[in-house]
Amino acid sequence: MNWALILFWTFALISVGSALLVVANTNPVRSALFLVVNFFVLAVFYFTLGAEFIGAVQIIVYAGAIMVLFLFVIMLLNLGAPEALKERGKLGPAPAIVMALVFLSLIGGVGAINSGLRPVSPRAAAFMQTGGTPEKIGASLFDPNLPWLFPFEITSFLLLIGVVGAIILAKRKI
Amino acid sequence: MPPIPQHIGPIDIVPLIPYLSIAIILGFILTIVPGLIWIERVVISLMQDRIGPNRVGPRGLLQTIADGVKLFFKEDIEPAAVDKRIYYLAPVLTMIPALAAGATIPFASITIKMDDGAIRTLPMIVGNVSIGLLYVLALASLQVYGIVLAGWSSNNKYSLLGGLRSAAQIISYELAMSLALMTGILMSGSVNLVEVVQRQSGGFWNWNVAQAYGLGFIATCIYLVAMIAETNRAPFDLPEAESELIAGFHTEYSSMKFAMFFMGEYASMLAVSGIATTLWFGGWLSPIPHNLLPMHNLLLDYIPGGIWFLFKMYVFFFGYVWLRATLPRLRYDALMNIGWKRMLPLSLVVLFCTAVWATFRMPEEVRPESGADRPIANRQLPSTSPGGGLRSGSIGIAE
Repeated sequence: MNWALILFWTFALISVGSALLVVANTNPVRSALFLVVNFFVLAVFYFTLGAEFIGAVQIIVYAGAIMVLFLFVIMLLNLGAPEALKERGKLGPAPAIVMALVFLSLIGGVGAINSGLRPVSPRAAAFMQTGGTPEKIGASLFDPNLPWLFPFEITSFLLLIGVVGAIILAKRKI
Repeated sequence: MPPIPQHIGPIDIVPLIPYLSIAIILGFILTIVPGLIWIERVVISLMQDRIGPNRVGPRGLLQTIADGVKLFFKEDIEPAAVDKRIYYLAPVLTMIPALAAGATIPFASITIKMDDGAIRTLPMIVGNVSIGLLYVLALASLQVYGIVLAGWSSNNKYSLLGGLRSAAQIISYELAMSLALMTGILMSGSVNLVEVVQRQSGGFWNWNVAQAYGLGFIATCIYLVAMIAETNRAPFDLPEAESELIAGFHTEYSSMKFAMFFMGEYASMLAVSGIATTLWFGGWLSPIPHNLLPMHNLLLDYIPGGIWFLFKMYVFFFGYVWLRATLPRLRYDALMNIGWKRMLPLSLVVLFCTAVWATFRMPEEVRPESGADRPIANRQLPSTSPGGGLRSGSIGIAE
């Protein structure tokens, strides 16, 4: 048993536990806080995989910005007593079974990749070798020989459309 | 500084540097806060033509210690109907990010005479990681949780208003701050803070604040304003505006929990000042290169880098206090106007112009390899972090 494995299992347990508590909690603020914990542990996983940049961005964007907005909205809405938030409509077991199947197939897929049944694409394998420092990610994103330049630029354009759209929807008179 | 031998007795110093740095950072922040509070009170009293603390100890120097003892022994009041766990968690959450943010800031340099005779200057830093600045940014963005949760869990409408104000304020100013930091990254070409400092070597005209024909200066100003807003200090201290919100988010906190908010605020002030020092004002480097005049060698060689870093940080702290004594608190809509309508567009323009400048500047300017006055002659730094999961050795574009 080496230290990396102990670290992994500790954080894996925290991750799964906090994810369950996000759903199980009746108090919305606590749910949001457990989601923050989950994001944090996810960042730790990124760090241990050598993807430092993604890990840092995970914390900055999700834990630092998006979840603060979530908390902000939850507090502003003043949802009242936690008991009032208990499930109103019963969905029954059918959706749960479907979701469980999807989840299991996901786990199976990841396990298949890891055990070598399905090969990782050579490009992805090459990228996993280079590591996740900001310099490497920047260099590969803007490398014209790699396929990521166009999707990257298109994504930024999409985000810009989103920002403009949000302003137009929110403000009647500009 | 005369070089320290690599081995003192049987102990090798080089792998100990991260642990030493942890001890120094924690010890420094936790013990300096009473001193900072004393400085603040004395400076403000002088600026307002008052006497200030002068009863306990010489010039009131022990006043904050007395206050600390008082806070320890005060009754720990817990108001009715608070969300207990979060109420107790909130002060801790304000402290921890502020203390942890120091981990990737190189706060000093240490000259070591290696066993093979080579003299090396190593940065004092806990984790020399490739994402240094992003790490600090991540922790700075977590700062808001303590305040928001304190406001929410206190079951007091004034606290809640303070917490909400703080969240809105920090989100708004984080944008301008991040853009200013990105400008700094563009100027130095690295996110690793040790490299950022190294590339500013060779005198204060090489510091990022003086780079890019004034763009660096504008970006520095944006960062400094945003950093005051991020730490909720005057004139941006709306979350604890005492004229409208009693004491804002910490209204319901007493005793040591209140003291922890206080400590957290000062620790985060130190952290953002440290970032400003590192990114814009050359970190631990002296403002005058060592080889400019023969006389300087005698003087400057005996000032360790940590002293320069401390000095620069204290200048920012003095600026904080000065602003608090000078400026009235902003109105809420004025605060939002400045953040969104002035600083954000300005920082976007500065970022764009800096990107153009960084594209067209001469390649030599990217890395001033002037040699003699570079504090770290060897570009391939040995790993200074204690062999953790992060690959701390790979800090550069060099390989």
